[in-house]
Amino acid sequence: MDERAETSTPPIAAARPRHSLGEFVGRLAKIEGAAIALVLILLLVLFMFTAPRAFTGYRIYMSFLATVPPPMIIALGLTLVATAGEMDLSFPSIVAFSSYVFSALYQNYELTWLAFAAALLTGSVLGFANGLIVTQLGIPSLIATLATLFLWGGLVTVVSNGVSVAIPEIVNETIHTIFVGRIGVFPVQILWAFGMVVLIWFILHRHRFGEAILFIGDNPRVARVVGIATNLEKVKLFTLMGVLSAFAGVLLTMETNTYFSSQGMGYLLIVIASVFIGGTSIFGGSGMVIGTMIGALIVAIIEAGLVASGIRGFWTQFFIGVVFIVSVTMNTAIADPDKVPLLKRLRSRARN
Amino acid sequence: MTSSPLVRFENIGKNYGKIVSLKNITLEIGANEIVGLIGDNGAGKSTLIKVLTGVETPTSGNLYIHGRKINTAGYNVRRAHELRLETVYQDSSLGEKQPLWRNFFVGRPITNWLGFIDVKAEKKIAEHIMRTAIGFRSAGISVDTPVSHLSGGERQGVAIGRAMHFDSDLIILDEPTVALALKEVQKVLDFIRSIKAGGRSCIYIEHNIHHIHEVCDRLIILDRGELALDTPTSAMTYPELSEFLLSLHTPTSGAN
Ligand SMILES: Nc1ncnc2c1ncn2[C@@H]1O[C@H](COP(=O)(O)OP(=O)(O)O)[C@@H](O)[C@H]1O
Ligand SMILES: [Mg+2]
Repeated sequence: MDERAETSTPPIAAARPRHSLGEFVGRLAKIEGAAIALVLILLLVLFMFTAPRAFTGYRIYMSFLATVPPPMIIALGLTLVATAGEMDLSFPSIVAFSSYVFSALYQNYELTWLAFAAALLTGSVLGFANGLIVTQLGIPSLIATLATLFLWGGLVTVVSNGVSVAIPEIVNETIHTIFVGRIGVFPVQILWAFGMVVLIWFILHRHRFGEAILFIGDNPRVARVVGIATNLEKVKLFTLMGVLSAFAGVLLTMETNTYFSSQGMGYLLIVIASVFIGGTSIFGGSGMVIGTMIGALIVAIIEAGLVASGIRGFWTQFFIGVVFIVSVTMNTAIADPDKVPLLKRLRSRARN
Repeated sequence: MTSSPLVRFENIGKNYGKIVSLKNITLEIGANEIVGLIGDNGAGKSTLIKVLTGVETPTSGNLYIHGRKINTAGYNVRRAHELRLETVYQDSSLGEKQPLWRNFFVGRPITNWLGFIDVKAEKKIAEHIMRTAIGFRSAGISVDTPVSHLSGGERQGVAIGRAMHFDSDLIILDEPTVALALKEVQKVLDFIRSIKAGGRSCIYIEHNIHHIHEVCDRLIILDRGELALDTPTSAMTYPELSEFLLSLHTPTSGAN
């Protein structure tokens, strides 16, 4: 670091040659998602031993690819929100609300694409309201969206009279084939989810909106003095989060052919886990879109794998907890080993 | 200074609630002029800058930039950029976790019509700025290095390089040398000289009056929100300047 010798003027971009294997591995680990992908692969290998019959066949993967898209899509939105240093806890209720709008319009008026558009509009309005509450009332987003989790959830329960809506005929509609159909045995919705991964990656890393998100999360005061309209960008962010939650809600409703008011509640913890297992920082200013995608796959595969291994279902949460702690520690250590106090102590002891 | 001045403050006042930060400030900044702004902590230096750059709205008075009167109600940072004013704020204007190339262009990225950033173009220009305007020599630094890996002097270099790139007429530096090593302070002074050489103007806020006296064409002293002195540097030797500042600290007039 202190080699700022003024003898020659080397081109700035030319990094000094590094030969050590450790350096190489270190750099490989810094490729977005590489380390967390390794965790996913280890889990897959583990389950191939503990549940060989299920995990060497294709069936479990297909059912898994059918169920993971909705939480994955929400987690992508939450990645952007967390990168801006904000939080959104209200998405389960937005999932339910947009599901209800979609199912009710389909059941009563046989609307499909219009029902889909109305569901997305519902999500955007609720997300927009979240944004206004955060920026105009000045309530921290963690608190504000906890309140709207109740608010939107309560509202949809009232509107729907607390009853569920079954729409079994949806499977005959084109919209069903397009969003959650099967190509052979392959569920189409995972393609939509991967498409969203690409889109969100480009928004965060290549679009001016993503740059605004990064700087707001990094330091809101800096964002302001460089001319970013911080409140406007935050409202846009929460609106996008609402739209993504609504899209996830429609996928879920079409896959399961039903709406019920607590729909989406099951996603609350696993979506948050997916984002932070994926390596996005809770402090804002950096987000891992690929990491989130893999994080969502990890959470889903743990659920499927433990059941297939014959381990009783309630071990699932315990196991997710273990993987959660390991992953987050690993992500921190890759960014900077000295940020993990235990590693820092071990390293300094090794040096002496 | 044959035509209208670059910037003109006319009876500018700024109150924060009951606190009077600026009282009746009238002064001008000319073309290709390096102006040193001096004053105690809390004298109102940063406030004056924030009024000029659209971060704060003045309570009273008029502001003229390029000879035109500014409607302060609709004035903001973006407008200030359009009027070719660039600022390096006292408390950092860089995103610590973001790479250098983003920090050069944030707020006005090079994009296509859909708003997607041309990363290649930005990196290329950022690298050019680093090599020419800033003169970074440290081999470990590239355009992809996050700001948090830079020394204090290098950070100021990035902020100043950014300000210089955007073809600005006036570059404002608010205490850029605070917490810098001696060698790095020299770098900042060199930057200021290159601003002068490039035909631009600069407002330089600094506590070290030795530095101010060394590089500035004109000196402005603020004292508790009021203009205490406005003089060409050539009219005052360094000892005279420090004596004047001391006289502000010890109220011999008994008026207080
Ligand atoms: N945002 C603010 N709210 C209230 N008072 C402020 C604010 N900013 C500055 N002040 C007050 O205005 C005065 C001038 O501050 P400032 O311009 O930062 O001084 P300087 O930069 O010369 O040290 C100080 O008394 C300070 O406390
Ligand atoms: Mg100040």
